[in-house]
Amino acid sequence: MKAVIKGIGLVAPGLESWQQAQPVLAGGQAYEAAPLEKLKPAMLPPNERRRTTQLIKLALQAAEEAQSTSGIDAATLACVFASSDGDTFIVDRLCDALTLPDRPVSPTQFHNSVHNAAAGYWAIASGSQRFSTSISAGAASFAAGLLDALSWVAAEQQPLLLVCYDVALPAALDAFGINHEPFAVALVIAPEGEGGIATLELQGVDSATRSPVGNEALAALRSANPAAESLPLLQAVAAGSSAAMNVAYLDEATIRVEVKPC
Amino acid sequence: MSPALPIISHYTLANALGSGVAASLSALRSGESGLRRNDYAHASLETWIGRVDAVEATAMPQVLADFDCRNNRLAAHCLQQDGFEGFVAAARERYGAKRIGIFLGTSTSGIEETEAAYRERDAAGKLPTNFHYMQTQNIFSLADFVRRYLGLEGPAQVISTACSSSAKVFATASRYMAAGLCDAALVGGVDSLCLTTLYGFNSLELVSSEKCRPWDAERNGINIGEGAGFALLERAEAGDDRPALLGYGESSDAYHISTPHPEGEGALQAMQQALGRAGLESAAVDYINLHGTATPSNDRSEDRAVTRLFGAETPACSSTKGLTGHTLGAGGITEAIFSLLCLEHGLLPGSANTQTLDPELGANIVLEGREAPLRYAMSNSFGFGGSNCSLIFGRAES
Repeated sequence: MKAVIKGIGLVAPGLESWQQAQPVLAGGQAYEAAPLEKLKPAMLPPNERRRTTQLIKLALQAAEEAQSTSGIDAATLACVFASSDGDTFIVDRLCDALTLPDRPVSPTQFHNSVHNAAAGYWAIASGSQRFSTSISAGAASFAAGLLDALSWVAAEQQPLLLVCYDVALPAALDAFGINHEPFAVALVIAPEGEGGIATLELQGVDSATRSPVGNEALAALRSANPAAESLPLLQAVAAGSSAAMNVAYLDEATIRVEVKPC
Repeated sequence: MSPALPIISHYTLANALGSGVAASLSALRSGESGLRRNDYAHASLETWIGRVDAVEATAMPQVLADFDCRNNRLAAHCLQQDGFEGFVAAARERYGAKRIGIFLGTSTSGIEETEAAYRERDAAGKLPTNFHYMQTQNIFSLADFVRRYLGLEGPAQVISTACSSSAKVFATASRYMAAGLCDAALVGGVDSLCLTTLYGFNSLELVSSEKCRPWDAERNGINIGEGAGFALLERAEAGDDRPALLGYGESSDAYHISTPHPEGEGALQAMQQALGRAGLESAAVDYINLHGTATPSNDRSEDRAVTRLFGAETPACSSTKGLTGHTLGAGGITEAIFSLLCLEHGLLPGSANTQTLDPELGANIVLEGREAPLRYAMSNSFGFGGSNCSLIFGRAES
């Protein structure tokens, strides 16, 4: 399967946006981890923004950067939202509330607890009534998101927004899971044909050695969030190079993906 | 009809009606509800629930002990019904373990385990060390457990779009098969009782203290149920007349996180897409298994969508939520299998517990179940976040 990357969005510690991160990922500038700046996805009105969570804001901020660089009308984009864990801060709050007398569960937190909350807010903010799905494949969520997105674009021949994102776990759950840094990456991908940033081709599912990120600090970031498995792909695109890479999938499996500048 | 859509070679399910196909088929004929007064541990809510009795007694394989939670037990229990594990094993022989994909829906995964862990926090707020978060609470846990339990190694993911989750699995599996990423697929869904959904829906004032009454003038909310269902999808062969997925449609409301679009806009689009993909006129549909949760707003919105699409004379419609309760992330697969059973056995099931139809609603609701030959059945599933999915089933060569 082959498609074109039309837009990219990124939010991670020290990589505040795709635009800011490109020279770092291309290797020209050193990577320095830094706490995330306050998340402010512009498409949510301030009153809606207050009612949403860090996870939703993280996903939407990456999504809107990818959509705006793609130049494709947000209302015409289908979407795949891939997150290993979903909203663990809400899980933390709900499970805490459920230990208290009368179980004071917040209705807003409960409706925001669905795994597709970020996709739901994206649909409301963008006005898109198109196809939307929200998935998890645990540690393999980035590769699974790519497979899901590419198979949809192949079937429908329409553009699609893929967002892969997770926040760091709340303190109580930190020792039990795999998310230790926030990371969100978004790709607008479209059928081949009308220009774009790079072509993206799935070459197969295999059991190969994961491609390196070639930088200790970025390697540490990659191991701290499933969405950061996108880093080798982002590095190749930022460098404007043609490269094939092995992206971690389930267990020992990898998917082989090739990118080429347009 | 798109030639790429798969046939359904085997299926099984477990819910408040009982475990295995026979129990559900019997209730679809009789209209006898499986709902009971809430007796779920730790929950004192005045409501009715759909509960699977065998869950507590289900043993987990020793090597998968870390995956032990109510949701995965319900999955294992369901897979043990109707000889389904044997059919999966035969498919594994035929296609190879790496060529069978796994696409499962759930909304709350194994959160009951996390609820228990929070009750057992120590003085410093630390959770018990024997808590297995990734194997139970993580959203992927269900598919991760099932692939290990069945020895399948193909592409796998969980789809979690609230109450449309395990309807969308059919569409996802179809695309993976069409793309050549797998040759067959296990689809399904599991959601299990937990305090989170009981008290969460209660906080939104959506839980009924009575048995839920879809499309009734006095309807006042849902009953939460647990359930599981699985189906094996394969490519149709020449001359195949097995039950098949003929169409699917997926859309977003883009309206509100927990309130459906008042005119049923997203639901309408999902049904239109499903008909278009199946190559059917709306008049061809013989039966619609409604989402029909029995909340005032869902049924009103869905009724608008159905009457906008089908006109005043809609196909025979019913909601089976009065039989099973709302099984949330398992609702899509449960009602897909109900639709397949209705097609196979020529049944129009009644809308259990519905007494006086809401005069403001226009869909043609079946109150008393009856026998009737069916060619095409539609199953609707709509979820929080404005996620809509509509499926159409029939015979492969129909």
